[in-house]
Amino acid sequence: MKPRPFAYVRPDSVDEAVAVLAAHGDDARVLAGGQSLLALLNLRLADPAVLVDITRIAALDQICDLGDKIEVGAAVTQNRLLAWPQLAEKLPLLAAALPFVGHFQTRNKGTVCGSVAHADPSSEIPLALAVLGGEVVLRSQRGTRVLSADAFQKDMLTTTREPDELITAVRFPVNSGRGVAFREVARRHGDFAIVAVAALVDGQGAVRLGVGGMAGAPAVRQIAAADGSTARGAVDKMAVELEGYEDLHATAVMRRDLLRRLGPVVIDEAMRCAA
Amino acid sequence: MRRIDKDQRARIRLTLNGRALSAEAEPRMLLSDFLRHSLGATGTHVGCEHGVCGCCTVLIDGTAVRSCLTLAVQAEGRDVRTVESLAAADGTLNPLQRAFQNHHALQCGFCTPGILMSFTDYLARNPRPSEADIRDVLSGHLCRCTGYAGIVSALLEAAGYRQSSESGSKS
Ligand code: FES
Ligand code: FES
Repeated sequence: MKPRPFAYVRPDSVDEAVAVLAAHGDDARVLAGGQSLLALLNLRLADPAVLVDITRIAALDQICDLGDKIEVGAAVTQNRLLAWPQLAEKLPLLAAALPFVGHFQTRNKGTVCGSVAHADPSSEIPLALAVLGGEVVLRSQRGTRVLSADAFQKDMLTTTREPDELITAVRFPVNSGRGVAFREVARRHGDFAIVAVAALVDGQGAVRLGVGGMAGAPAVRQIAAADGSTARGAVDKMAVELEGYEDLHATAVMRRDLLRRLGPVVIDEAMRCAA
Repeated sequence: MRRIDKDQRARIRLTLNGRALSAEAEPRMLLSDFLRHSLGATGTHVGCEHGVCGCCTVLIDGTAVRSCLTLAVQAEGRDVRTVESLAAADGTLNPLQRAFQNHHALQCGFCTPGILMSFTDYLARNPRPSEADIRDVLSGHLCRCTGYAGIVSALLEAAGYRQSSESGSKS
């Protein structure tokens, strides 16, 4: 299908972009890579009055090394981050997770921040941001806010971004010698995950486990000094607490089962990677 | 700041296969429709119009993207390449196209333009991919005819593998 009519604005700077958002509020949608938004428009599931195309704002097309964090601008595509020479060293979890985001062809256009903004409950980048304890940078004419991933994504496709705010960047904490692992189960490679699991393990064996596809937003738990059986116990507890949900692809029971199977494997992999 | 109103038609200029072209479009016009209906370049095919099938894939500034998930106005000023750019002016197929012919990598040919454009980008950036890499990139395309085996063989040939049992495909 084809989109309904809308107006198109392509600001040249962040100041112009936030001015447009301030003028149009809820009637405007930010267009970055468009790999989710254009599909929604074509299917007429979204009906904005104005599209604000931010892809030609040079200041947003940057990957900045802030020392303890890597800041990825709102126009940076997923494949550009994947090809960033320092990715494996500084953000190994992203190096593991990004190949699961859509396909080569959609990663060429889809942006890192766009995935975070879209806030699909089983999408990989919001999960990576949550388990790493990353941040979302929001700009409006009222100023700049920096929110933790956890304070940003509230539920399925629901975030705390105000209508006049533009996500200008997300910040991923740099890996400090922790083991990382990522796995997901999807119907087909490139689909949204049914369940996705990411783990970080430090030298003392403390585990940070992140789970996507079980609730409206990624869920993160701290598990102390996990050996095989404490890990299994903690994953089991998480499966019970989160419950999962039913959609076209899987029942809640299947999601809990997938988490019980994937969780310990991912923790084990991250532990071996930390050792 | 570029601004086009809802019902306004604006002139969109871009380079298509090396030629500077332009036509008018509303903001909501998809690049796939702009190429086919406004510029007459019908080599690019349209299947699903929501980013799933891959047959609309074209190159924008050398990068393979879905033209159904791109607005025409987003390609303004850009260098767009479609399947029409691959063969020589006298119709001689390029090596990638020849490999498809050699391996019967198409039947109806509906999916083919997109696959050719994806791998024009991918092989330029990754000259010696593994078969697994090739299959991974191919997963962004749907083909309802071939069962993919011929396509994988053709892509292995295009990637410079000699076609023997070692590469996992028959020649
Ligand atoms: S028509 Fe564009 S991906 Fe199917
Ligand atoms: S050759 Fe017919 S769809 Fe691929």
